[in-house]
Amino acid sequence: MSDSRKLTVSASPHVRSLDTSSGIMLDVIIALIPALVASVFIFGARTLAVTAVAVVSCVLAEYISRKVMKRENTIGDLSAVVTGILLAYNLPSTIPLWIVVFGSIVAIVVVKQMFGGIGQNFVNPALAARIILMSSFPGKMSAGAYINPIVDDITITSATPLAIIKSGNFDALPDLKEMFLGLTSGCLGEVSAAALILGGIYLVIRKVISPIIPCVYIGTVAVFMLIAFKGDFNMVSYELLGGGLMLGAIFMATDYTTSPITFKGKIIYAIGCGLITSVIRLFGSLPEGVSFSIILMNIFVPHIENLTTPKPFGTPKEPKKKDKEEVAKA
Amino acid sequence: MVGEKLEGVLKPVAKGHGGVSVSHNKNTSVLEIVRMPAPEQVILPMQQHIGAPCTPVVKVGDVVSVGQLIGDSDKFVSAPIHATISGKVTAIGVAKVANGSMIPSVSIESDGEMRLFEGLETPKVNSREDFIKAVRASGLVGLGGAGFPTHVKLGFKPDSGVDTLIINAAECEPFITVDHRECIDNSWDVLSGVYTLKEILGFKKVYIAIEDNKSDAFLALKKIANDSADFDNSVELMVLKSRYPQGAEKVLIQSVTGRCVPPGKLPSDIGVVVMNVASVSFIGRYLKNGKPLVSRSLTVDGSAIADPKNVRVPIGTGISKIIDFCGGFKSEPFKVISGGPMMGMALADINVPLLKSNNAVLAFAEDSIRIKPERDCIRCGRCADVCPMNLIPTKIKNYSQLKNADQLLKAGTMVCMECGSCSYACPSGIPLVQYMRLGKAVIREAGEQK
Repeated sequence: MSDSRKLTVSASPHVRSLDTSSGIMLDVIIALIPALVASVFIFGARTLAVTAVAVVSCVLAEYISRKVMKRENTIGDLSAVVTGILLAYNLPSTIPLWIVVFGSIVAIVVVKQMFGGIGQNFVNPALAARIILMSSFPGKMSAGAYINPIVDDITITSATPLAIIKSGNFDALPDLKEMFLGLTSGCLGEVSAAALILGGIYLVIRKVISPIIPCVYIGTVAVFMLIAFKGDFNMVSYELLGGGLMLGAIFMATDYTTSPITFKGKIIYAIGCGLITSVIRLFGSLPEGVSFSIILMNIFVPHIENLTTPKPFGTPKEPKKKDKEEVAKA
Repeated sequence: MVGEKLEGVLKPVAKGHGGVSVSHNKNTSVLEIVRMPAPEQVILPMQQHIGAPCTPVVKVGDVVSVGQLIGDSDKFVSAPIHATISGKVTAIGVAKVANGSMIPSVSIESDGEMRLFEGLETPKVNSREDFIKAVRASGLVGLGGAGFPTHVKLGFKPDSGVDTLIINAAECEPFITVDHRECIDNSWDVLSGVYTLKEILGFKKVYIAIEDNKSDAFLALKKIANDSADFDNSVELMVLKSRYPQGAEKVLIQSVTGRCVPPGKLPSDIGVVVMNVASVSFIGRYLKNGKPLVSRSLTVDGSAIADPKNVRVPIGTGISKIIDFCGGFKSEPFKVISGGPMMGMALADINVPLLKSNNAVLAFAEDSIRIKPERDCIRCGRCADVCPMNLIPTKIKNYSQLKNADQLLKAGTMVCMECGSCSYACPSGIPLVQYMRLGKAVIREAGEQK
């Protein structure tokens, strides 16, 4: 017995799955591409400029802030790219590019890196940046025009569908089919429900997200709207397809860092998102409430998780209150 | 064979939470178990089980033969050690074992004869007590990896409510195929062991549980079971979905019976005993020929092994010698694992003896065994999705780093069986199982301080 070799010793398990964080982020980026393509058709080439500026400034902001904080460079995990794309999707095509840069810095430096980087931020960086931009530059943040590539390629000036509903002028609403494809006013990435759902299906198939949050979120909004509009399915459809609901439910509310890990937690969180969205849309002064509802529910995530942590395997079920009382009596 | 219709098969009654799909790599499943010639020397550590170590009962210079008792203890939770080759005792001292610790050991130099000890006789088993005594005398410990003395496991009282025996032939660890081969090559021993256990210990129900990727093992057992007269409905074969960690005791019990072992309890507390199929097969043989546990089968495989085999080896043989018997290394080994790739232990030194509980030696070249760089947790929740014990490993990781014993206890850290599913699934390459172990240490430390 004299074989002496240098062997590697490490803790079990010795095999690892092929999944990587950057692979997951790449899947999210792929899932966001259909919406980008749709957006180029709907809003023109400026879409690409806004998205490119957002992505580049997010990645740069991440690189520089990590460097300044003397931390490991993390741009390779591609999460900054995802944040950049999502931020761009939450902006109108007419946004001045310097505001895009400002928003990117807020998202990455203030919301993400100052709280410790990936996995540590307590709210969604892209949404928090959108809210800050909305309150800082309300005039520049409103969308009002789109191109209809199907009908004679002209630019159509119009309010967003949700703003139309808010104003009560229901006749001005676009055709539902066109809305499903995204031929309406709105932010870059939010208008085409078809493209977003396509991306969502990809993420579910790739097991990047579980369908619980999007389905429960959208379902909750549907139920509330059905009650509010007294069973008018047409109006419910406008509510579901309009605004940032699809983008929010599929891509923002499912953000790993700011959504619960537990199964029950996901359901509670998604119901909360749907509830707040509906309340803002129906009773608030704003036409849209997706960003606020997701951010508010983000803040509740640690508590939701604590309340819904599953019991370890085999933990005996606690006797019901009644039984306990009976035991106490006996 | 895979895909062949299996008749008379029980389906699992419950589906557990979590688990991962690990590539099976059961490359050696078609290789019959071959016998390795006696090595020149064996080193027999006096502690190859969970429990009190044995004291050597031989002296340097003694001539011993196969099956002769060389170490024993008066403690109940302990299993005696027998000479596994015939020859001369050359040293009694400490020797390094697989986990790096130094254990009192007896070294025997072979005389090349493999003479059987003359005092061996078939155990006379007339009662439950006789049987437990005989099992203890055989030196049997759980051959699946845990090394728990079998006589302790089987020593439950007749009125303790234990009614079900599960024979664990799930073998969910990748690469390992010895249990699979045991079912095929020694089907008679397996079934005779099963019937003996059932008769003597009075189990009402016995399940032989096999994963669905081993249908030939299943058919081999089924064939004999059909032929044997005493095959009634109390012994049944169950085919489980192949999903890691299907063969973990608690997961197996849940799949087979639907019962869950509560935290901190033993399977016998809910009326179940689980035994590895190789242990049962050994009991079947031992009751026939009286030969104690002196050899065991193991799988030798991995990308760095020249000629992978299922091989029967005298216990105490150097692992490097076993690898030599399997053609040696065909490429520079990067990692050598004692056990399976999910729960096995990486060896720092291959000049250590084979222990009773060691069911595989796997050697991998550097390019075939992934080490993911560790990154920050992205909270994807996959660790919680795959945890068969319903834990949230990433939270336990945080509590471990904070050394928060109270939160660790509350989070169920002690329930973790270190199956490795969380670390396997983690896309950020975080060694979660290590954090679980750290968490357990923090809890123990806090308990000692109180």
